[in-house]
Amino acid sequence: MSDDDHEIRGDVIDEARDDVVEDFTGEFPIVIDGLRNTFGEQVIHENLSLKVKRGEVLGVVGGSGTGKSVLMRSIIGLQIPDEGTIEVFGKNTIGAEPDEESSVRSRWGVLFQGGALFSTLTVAENVEVPLKQFFPEIDAELRHEIARFKIIMSGLPEDAVSKYPSELSGGMKKRAGLARALALDPELLFLDEPTAGLDPIGAANFDSLTRELADTLGLTVFLITHDLDTLYAICDRVAVLADGEVIGVGTIPELLEMDHPWIQEYFNGPRSRAARDSVKRDKSAGTKSVDSAPSEKA
Amino acid sequence: MREWADFTVQEKGGRTTLVLQGQLVVSTIAVLDRKLREMDDPVQFVDLSGTKDIDTIGAWTVWRFANDNKASITGASEQAEKLIATVSESASDVPLEPARLPLFRRVASDTGEKVIGFRDGAVRLVGFFGAILVSSVSVIRHPRRFRVKALFRQFELVGISSLAIIGLMSFLIGIVVAQQGAAQLRQFGAEIYTINLTGRLCLRELGVLMTAIMVAGRSGSAFAAQLGTMKLTEEIDAMRTIGVSPMEALVIPRMMAAILMMPLLGFYSAVMAIIGGAFIADLTLGIPFLSFLARIQEVVPMYDLWVALIKAPVFGLIVALAGCYQGMQVEGNSEEVGLRTTQAVVQAIFMVIVLDAFFAVFFTEIGWA
Repeated sequence: MSDDDHEIRGDVIDEARDDVVEDFTGEFPIVIDGLRNTFGEQVIHENLSLKVKRGEVLGVVGGSGTGKSVLMRSIIGLQIPDEGTIEVFGKNTIGAEPDEESSVRSRWGVLFQGGALFSTLTVAENVEVPLKQFFPEIDAELRHEIARFKIIMSGLPEDAVSKYPSELSGGMKKRAGLARALALDPELLFLDEPTAGLDPIGAANFDSLTRELADTLGLTVFLITHDLDTLYAICDRVAVLADGEVIGVGTIPELLEMDHPWIQEYFNGPRSRAARDSVKRDKSAGTKSVDSAPSEKA
Repeated sequence: MREWADFTVQEKGGRTTLVLQGQLVVSTIAVLDRKLREMDDPVQFVDLSGTKDIDTIGAWTVWRFANDNKASITGASEQAEKLIATVSESASDVPLEPARLPLFRRVASDTGEKVIGFRDGAVRLVGFFGAILVSSVSVIRHPRRFRVKALFRQFELVGISSLAIIGLMSFLIGIVVAQQGAAQLRQFGAEIYTINLTGRLCLRELGVLMTAIMVAGRSGSAFAAQLGTMKLTEEIDAMRTIGVSPMEALVIPRMMAAILMMPLLGFYSAVMAIIGGAFIADLTLGIPFLSFLARIQEVVPMYDLWVALIKAPVFGLIVALAGCYQGMQVEGNSEEVGLRTTQAVVQAIFMVIVLDAFFAVFFTEIGWA
């Protein structure tokens, strides 16, 4: 028994990567300070600061071209800012090369706008990629099981596991992308316009799935969106980007007290009022949002 | 050093309890998982009270083991219970591999599909060519609809902007032909025939052939990629709904540009190649540059030029047809634009070489040797 024991342990240690994931216990998994991003002459961010609280769902809104996606790309290290510091889990990510293997990468999941699935791999293989990359010591059998349950947990039907991305609809691709983002049980989840291009039912399902997963798994979610329903339904706080900086962070009532014209126009527009009213109706009826059953096929 | 999750087995009153220890998270689970897979003694209880953190992967490992052994889980924290409940709802054992036919049937079915695909492709290509002819007729009948601007734009793209690269390429080919030809002819003391060789070969064959290959690579691929992208972005559908025929607006200007530019480029290429030959002859063979050019007039028959000028528009037609046809066939995703572009170039070059062989035999037979 103990011989076997040592053998398994030795095998696993041989296969495992050397870098160790350190525990992060601070209050703010993401701290951005004095960020400046430019494209040529165009200044996207100027002295932008933002703190994301542990365990919250933070919605990031802003007009087109205010640099929401650029902000996300800066945090995850795909865009190197001109100035400023970005700390993720207490580690500075600026200067770390995008390809550089870093243990921080195993602790976040990213869902890109179109899902960004690897087109030559099946959905299950897509989900297995981060597992193989970061934890090669995990037994293939367990890896397959993980892929299966993550995909079903993300609200895809069973038979989607063996399909290729080209065989999936837009909404299913996003769910598959979510399954891949969640493959490593990250503490931090980045979502770039998760409900864009989905029909209202699909979008509402995706919203409640996000909220449910965030609650069950204790995720911190950084969510870029244009969707007012998403903001009202699942975000704990909202950060508003305008003029190259974060002009306000807080719950929607808190933001409404601010006297910024864009915020007023955004949250007091006709679409916003409709979204707010529908959430109120749902809440008074006792359900927070639409049932999350994975019935969406569109 | 990672602390791998582990377990001990406790026997109490005929019941076996598996006591788990440590963190049950993705980074620490591998040892525990492999050990549990090798264990075949029955277990009645799984005790989680000694564990620290847990994530869904830890929860899955616990749940799967408990489920396989029909054991019950005790001592789970609230978080652990929640996660175990979540993963158990997502349990499944569907196969991960896409369903595939067995090898021998797959080979047969792939071959069949290729053959049918080839037949359909040939029919569609003929249909496409027919549609171009029909559109050409309607353009001739309504000359006002003709896109002069687009045509001149394509002249520029296909012709003018390729002058530099085609000139350089031809000049170098002329050098190679003259230099290598001279090396062989020297053995017979017939170095002077280098002029015949360079002049006739470049004018009759190489000028047009190399130009066609270059145009296929530069413009044929561009046609396929442009039209393919326009199809993907629904630009072509938008044109149709506004009443603009994509054939007239996009395909015919490109076809005409290629057909009209090919003879000019081919001739230009031949001239550049002959200049290249004269240049190297002056340097290494001692034939003065101008004498080389003067001698060309005497040794190259006029019909060599006609051969080149007859072949060139046909090659232009083939290159443009392949590019436009493949571009208009794009459907679905951006991956297909790349595939179709490659196919356009490969088809064009292949067809050009096949036809060139045919022309070579044909012109020799009619006495233009």
